[in-house]
Amino acid sequence: MTEIVTDYPELARPEAFTQEGLGWVPWLLPVAEDELTDAQRDALIEPARAKMPYFRLLARDPEALRARTLTDLDIFYNVSGGIGRAERELAAAATSRHNGCVFCASVHAAAATRESGREADVQRLLDEGVEADLGDETWNAVVAASVALADTPLDFGPDDIVRLRGAGLDDAEIVDVIGGAAFFNWANRLMLSLGEPEVPARRASVR
Amino acid sequence: MSTPTADIIDLLAGIAPGDALAAVRDQRAQARENAQRSFEALLEPAEPGTFPLAERYAVAVFVSKLHGFAEAFAFYGDLLGDEAAELAPIVEDASTAAAAAGPFGVYREPRLADESTDGVRWAPDAVTGDALGGRLAAALTHTHLLVFRPREARPEALQALVDAGWNADDIVSLSQLIAFLSFQLRVAWGLRVLAAASDPAASGAASAVAAVSAAVSEGV
Repeated sequence: MTEIVTDYPELARPEAFTQEGLGWVPWLLPVAEDELTDAQRDALIEPARAKMPYFRLLARDPEALRARTLTDLDIFYNVSGGIGRAERELAAAATSRHNGCVFCASVHAAAATRESGREADVQRLLDEGVEADLGDETWNAVVAASVALADTPLDFGPDDIVRLRGAGLDDAEIVDVIGGAAFFNWANRLMLSLGEPEVPARRASVR
Repeated sequence: MSTPTADIIDLLAGIAPGDALAAVRDQRAQARENAQRSFEALLEPAEPGTFPLAERYAVAVFVSKLHGFAEAFAFYGDLLGDEAAELAPIVEDASTAAAAAGPFGVYREPRLADESTDGVRWAPDAVTGDALGGRLAAALTHTHLLVFRPREARPEALQALVDAGWNADDIVSLSQLIAFLSFQLRVAWGLRVLAAASDPAASGAASAVAAVSAAVSEGV
């Protein structure tokens, strides 16, 4: 469209939600890898992210990227106390399913499967949507709370807390569900508005 | 410029030091600290550059109102009022006119077409747009898109920002700002609801919980 905004008329786009890996292409020009400043490289936190256009695009505001990444890592990977990794990934996947972020849902549905071994349950969330029965009340309550928290105007309420508690969650676990679900309202909006998912060439060619 | 030192999520959630939920939040100290740093980076940057504080606060007021979060609307309204008093009533009126319900939107993915939904797609009218100015009018249009129907975002929306004078760095900062607020308001709201639903006898902070509970039932 212009030198800094790109569209992709011929992109191999996904047709629905999937647990298979997807690529992501930026609509806005990322910083070139060999032009990253020290402050921008530092903000990536993980050096390998310099290869990924999403992170090189967010590096245009390094302080915001750094703080976003450190928030993300603690909410999802700090396993001292709180709820399990699988349920955090489930909250991320359910939020992404409800907001309509096919890319985020693919990453975090696959992560929920990896952490839980429950591929069929996770696939049901993707195929049938957020009302699907995932087989136990803890998972169903985590999905319902994530969906309620995604709605605007804010509508998450006491009934959601009652249901999470009824499923056996304590306050630390509920705070993790709120954190994971809330974080994906951040991530979904970046992934959906700064670029789009792409089916990797190897799979696209055999479709 | 004022630089709040309080933890903004605690402030919006009505959590005081010593409350039971303050201790729970401390189990994710890095997340707590970096949510605060995100606020500072996006809303109180040392060098706002070509994305001035008044525009940042205007976006925050708009997002808070769209979310129906009275405490956040008051908090960011104070920041905007201090920074650009003349802009505050214009942004507040626009945010009232822009009320909608989300997430909604048309899916681009063919097998999700049955799940496409409709809703209010807002842009400022001519009078409001003139009062906001071209840059801020474009920013609030983009904000409404991201808040309510992010799945309808397209490259054309970014091009509209470029056409209104936004450079690439500031488009990233604007996108982060809207997306971060979508997180911050939800964490604060969720904690507020959780605090109000806590058993006072178990929390060890009965009076504080009762106060928060009363604030929630009256305020939002």
